[in-house]
Amino acid sequence: MAIWLDTNSRILVQGMTGSEGTKHTRRMVASGAQIVAGVTPGKAGQDVDGIPVFSDVPSAMDATGANVSVVFVPPRFAKAAIEESVDAGLPLVVVITEGIPVHDTAQFFQYAVNFGGTRIIGPNCPGIITPGQSNAGIIPADIAKPGRIGLVSKSGTLTYQMMYELRDIGFSTCVGIGGDPIIGTTHIDCLEAFEADPDTDAIVMIGEIGGDAEERAAAFIKDHVTKPVVGYVAGFTAPEGKTMGHAGAIVSGSAGTAAAKQEALEGVGVKVGKTPSATAQLMRELMS
Amino acid sequence: MDLYEYQAKHLFGKHGVPVTSGEVCTTADAAREASRKIGSMVVVKAQVKVGGRGKAGGVKLAKTPDETKATAAAILGMDIKGHTVYRVLVTEASDIAEEYYVSFLLDRANRTFLAMASVAGGVDIEEVAATRPDELAMIRVDALDGCTPEKALEIVEAAGFPEAAKVQIVEILQRLWRVLIDEDATLVEVNPLVLTPTGQVVALDGKVTLDGNAHYRHASHADFVDRDNTDPIELRAAEFDLNYVKLHGEVGIVGNGAGLVMSTLDVVAYAGEEFGGIKPANFLDIGGGASADVMANGLDIVLNDPEVEAVFVNVFGGITSCDAVANGIVQAMGMLEAKGEPVTKPIVCRIDGNNAEEGRRILNEAEHDLIELVDTMDGAARRVAELAAARKAGKQG
Repeated sequence: MAIWLDTNSRILVQGMTGSEGTKHTRRMVASGAQIVAGVTPGKAGQDVDGIPVFSDVPSAMDATGANVSVVFVPPRFAKAAIEESVDAGLPLVVVITEGIPVHDTAQFFQYAVNFGGTRIIGPNCPGIITPGQSNAGIIPADIAKPGRIGLVSKSGTLTYQMMYELRDIGFSTCVGIGGDPIIGTTHIDCLEAFEADPDTDAIVMIGEIGGDAEERAAAFIKDHVTKPVVGYVAGFTAPEGKTMGHAGAIVSGSAGTAAAKQEALEGVGVKVGKTPSATAQLMRELMS
Repeated sequence: MDLYEYQAKHLFGKHGVPVTSGEVCTTADAAREASRKIGSMVVVKAQVKVGGRGKAGGVKLAKTPDETKATAAAILGMDIKGHTVYRVLVTEASDIAEEYYVSFLLDRANRTFLAMASVAGGVDIEEVAATRPDELAMIRVDALDGCTPEKALEIVEAAGFPEAAKVQIVEILQRLWRVLIDEDATLVEVNPLVLTPTGQVVALDGKVTLDGNAHYRHASHADFVDRDNTDPIELRAAEFDLNYVKLHGEVGIVGNGAGLVMSTLDVVAYAGEEFGGIKPANFLDIGGGASADVMANGLDIVLNDPEVEAVFVNVFGGITSCDAVANGIVQAMGMLEAKGEPVTKPIVCRIDGNNAEEGRRILNEAEHDLIELVDTMDGAARRVAELAAARKAGKQG
């Protein structure tokens, strides 16, 4: 089971012939993911380690039965690439590309909503992994074993850190939703999916300053999540008005502070750890 | 990137939003000359990227060129909430009948755009939103449809603008939407938008935030980069293409990934409480897949900060290979030594993940007195806070 990604996932890589695309295709293949096709306009007929490259998404889907796309296309071409996958009806599109203008993201997200049927994860995210089954993105597959914890995080390296902390207990699915101001899949989407997933027993949710996604996730947990949730929020020491790497991680005024997020989560019974290790310890106690 | 008022108004003018004429000046003499050219009463406005400048004395009327010169001299160099005033905007003073508020912004929660409009302009809009929410119209704008004439009319009706201003504001809203779209802005705000006694609607102030991710398609936006008010260490980091933010504390931070680095700052601040309030000195994300050179540059930047007493290198190698991180640390030590600036500050490292064992081996073999490896993030934070506190105490003692 797990969420959104499993042994039935047949992955195509948009931008596979670029250096990042090729590097991460090899890593995904090595981790056991079924990478069935690459798509780069004008490069039909080529291959990467024997994986066929097509010029467009529909041809790749027809020939290989691909049902997931991972996007490594550079920012200036990303919107067109994603909209092509939406048009083709791919149910899951994972956008790894960093640096996409937010107007482009707002437009392809709205496009996907209007068209219906495509879930977008990202952009600017590490992707999604169901350990032991499949891996769509750049999350290192060897950090943690399969297990029954679901993980959702805005941050890539904090995802890795948390997987590492709980590597012996293991994960059902880990989703890096990305740190951009507009993202296709939210904390709430992941919480809802984990709640419904029989292979997930408990959830770790990692948030950070900026926006009010964590506060809204807290409200969702209160009404809809029965499984135990452990939380972590980064950015207590971030100064007001400064962007800390993630375009979304900016505190303006009083809303969006780490303290407000922690308070919202604790208010609905989520245990929030002071550090990543302390958070992992809370989960460890829950699972023992 | 937030723009100054004069830069925002430049973009407004470019897209046909009516603004008052004015000139940006860096000296009092230039302000006098600008006032003479305008030939009537002027407003001298401090250019700072912070609200509340009026209350702080940064906006003043002046009747004559000489008075403008004196006013500009008083405002230039002023400190407004930690922002130094390097420029003033000298603009013709407008007669005001009514003050309104309009803006377009990214609505993160709903993953689209939002128009906000109010007849209660000229004051802090957060205040209006909090105390008189029914006076602030908030209308969703679809990212694909944009601000059509119908949408602009909907906004104007919702805000309840008077008949005399309606047609003009419908036009202005569509032009402001062009600023948002064509310039890749995430915020376009006019407060106040005024109605003059003669019935003209004019933007008296402007705030624009540009999306850094879109700079590649706007060569002209490079001119907006503000060098005067940027920390010199931040400027140097930008030259190396490093994601660096200067803070005030004793522990220099180098890490990979924005989330992990933010978390590292927090963990150091917690650990620092035990040692008399030791704090992180910066945010520095060397990014995914960083090479040894990037690590070396990052360490160089952080070690050069005079406030830094000790450094914490916290890396979880996902894509980044820990042997490259370790090589970068060793390389930086050698490079600084060769420059005649040998490292004197202790460096605590915690490295895990991709190729961590090799990374640790490289650091151990370097046998550098100042480099210390600690197994866990929390443990390393505690150790670096302790070292920073000891060095600080040594200096003071």
